[in-house]
Amino acid sequence: MAKLSFPVGPQHPALKEPENLRFSVDGELVVDADIRLGYVHRSIERSCSERNYVQDLYLCERVCGICSNAHTLAYCMAVEKLTEVEVPVRAQYIRMIVHEFERIHSHLLWLGVSGYEVGFESLLMYVWRDREIIQDILEMVSGNRGHYAMTTLGGVRYDITPEMEARIREGLQILRERAEYYADICTTEATFLKRVRDVGTISGDRCRELGAAGPTLRASGISFDIRTEFPYLQYDQVDWQVYTSELCDVLGRTLVRVQEVVEACDISLQALDQMPDGEIQARFPRRVPEGEATARVEAQRGELIYYVRSDGSDVPVRVKIRTPTLANLPAAMEMVTGGYVADIPIAFMSIDPCFSCTDRMVVLDDVGSGESRTMTWPELVRLGRQQ
Amino acid sequence: MQVLRPLFHIMVFPGFLFLVAFGLFASWVDRKLIAKFQNRVGPPILQPLADLIKLLAKEDIVPEHANRTMFVVAPLIALAGVIASIVYIPVWAPEAVESFQGDLIVVVYLLTLPAFALFLGGWYSTNPFATIGSTRVLSQLFGYEVPFFLACLGPAIAAGSWSISDVTLAQFGGHWLIALAPLSFIVAMVALIGKLERVPFDIPQANTEIVSGPEVEYTGRRLAVWKLTFLTETIVGSALIAALFLGGPDFWGISYQAMGPWVGGLVGMIVLGVKILLIVFFLSLAQAAMARLRIEQMVQWCLLWLGIPALINIGAIAVMVHQLGV
Repeated sequence: MAKLSFPVGPQHPALKEPENLRFSVDGELVVDADIRLGYVHRSIERSCSERNYVQDLYLCERVCGICSNAHTLAYCMAVEKLTEVEVPVRAQYIRMIVHEFERIHSHLLWLGVSGYEVGFESLLMYVWRDREIIQDILEMVSGNRGHYAMTTLGGVRYDITPEMEARIREGLQILRERAEYYADICTTEATFLKRVRDVGTISGDRCRELGAAGPTLRASGISFDIRTEFPYLQYDQVDWQVYTSELCDVLGRTLVRVQEVVEACDISLQALDQMPDGEIQARFPRRVPEGEATARVEAQRGELIYYVRSDGSDVPVRVKIRTPTLANLPAAMEMVTGGYVADIPIAFMSIDPCFSCTDRMVVLDDVGSGESRTMTWPELVRLGRQQ
Repeated sequence: MQVLRPLFHIMVFPGFLFLVAFGLFASWVDRKLIAKFQNRVGPPILQPLADLIKLLAKEDIVPEHANRTMFVVAPLIALAGVIASIVYIPVWAPEAVESFQGDLIVVVYLLTLPAFALFLGGWYSTNPFATIGSTRVLSQLFGYEVPFFLACLGPAIAAGSWSISDVTLAQFGGHWLIALAPLSFIVAMVALIGKLERVPFDIPQANTEIVSGPEVEYTGRRLAVWKLTFLTETIVGSALIAALFLGGPDFWGISYQAMGPWVGGLVGMIVLGVKILLIVFFLSLAQAAMARLRIEQMVQWCLLWLGIPALINIGAIAVMVHQLGV
């Protein structure tokens, strides 16, 4: 059979966000893969330079609907570095707890979707049912199921009361058991194993060369986690371990994520035990001193980096966001190439991509000329469509 | 009247209308069961009918580059093949509407028509997803068709006839052929999943991979015809398996002749209906418990784990029939 050009996206059931992947297919084998980013322009980085630091908080939260808390956390950490505000210890614990809650909900979401990608619909239904537990807890703590708006400059906005604590403990206990059950399902269900074992393999060395991050990296046997390598919040105060897998395939990534749910439950429970009483928010100045700072956090998809530069006013000069998906995309393209057409969705989704967070627009043709120009909306649309 | 009778059998009972009505009901049972297995509520009983009406009302599009004739005719051939085959399968009594020596082979071939029609319809719609899906339809056909045929041979050899009606009649009052051909029965059930393109063998459709494959360009009425084809094929395929292995309308020796033609026929139909729903239950269970395989895994697995057991069972039956005279 002649080679076939096989498009996935911008609209495709396996992708929840618009992105275009082009595959050259020989029968059932993928010969070549190419990705085209750039369907979602929201100008969040640019808009950050036009709003003050408090307004940016809400804007950064909306970079991603799944890892919204990780974004505000990284943003706040960067701005707090500039102002040298000390965040109260209780607030740091609460930040850590919500950070882990978000990891639980995100990993369970991914596990369900990965089941759906290989036609294992029951896994999706069960996992998403159990995910409601953590969603209810998040709603109880913050008032919202998504975009929790928990983290704020100088601390957190809501306290965790003793009544909440009891319900959180109860919920986490159930979730921990369910996560262990799912780890068991994923390693014993024969048809699921046939679809994830030795699919989308990539070696640890290759991962390092391509700059992969997060669970993708850890599933290839490399123990790297910002929470232990560059501890932030109170991660060095709790007892936990970075879970890695030597499998290097989709099964490895599944197990790493499920195990991280278990770890996240343990971290949250310990944090609840250790949490001291006290303030949850420090006073924060309106104007931020001149300078620049970066913050890195381990979001659920991998390392998230925020860079903030200030000129001393109440508006940042530049906010730059490096999302983990960008780091994982080269690895994802390698996972897909040389595999089967049927494995494209599950292998590609195994990095847990989030395209809308990753899409940026850079125009390089007039760099150095010193000229500036204004683009109208139709021009932007034209630029987005050409190529 | 001579002309109207076959027409009635094909269009009303046990043909088109009956198959569609029972197929919609079985589809609801199937969806409700899967929902229960997955801890969901599931659809109300009229949902499959509502879906069908919705599809009939939608816009009908033929792709610009498609071969119009093939694209339009393919789903009709598929549906016609399935409906024609019910005429040879016993529905209310051990005798089908029509029967002759060799109708088993005709039915097995008629039930292959949807797969070929799906291949042609998909291939001529010139969509890359449909093209890949179409080639998968044919690859998968090699996986399940041979074991399915071998599995159907078992009861035929045991009953000593190539007519489905004779095979069913042989089971009336005696023991069902599942006792003689248990392996063939299991093989036929698994092959039926492949025929109906359901999880774990929904590889040609695979909506997260190739967006429902050969059907991707079909809309409106023509898509409704495809849905009807698989709906009715579920019933006809299950009825065939029930007739060959589970005694068709037989219920442990109850004599339908004693009840008179109408009551006896009705009881026979209900008995067969329950058997078909039991087979649907098995299909739902498989769908809820498994993930989709890859095409090369499927073909390999089927030829090994379905083909060989079916052959072993045929050998065992031949020995039993000819040497022991069971």
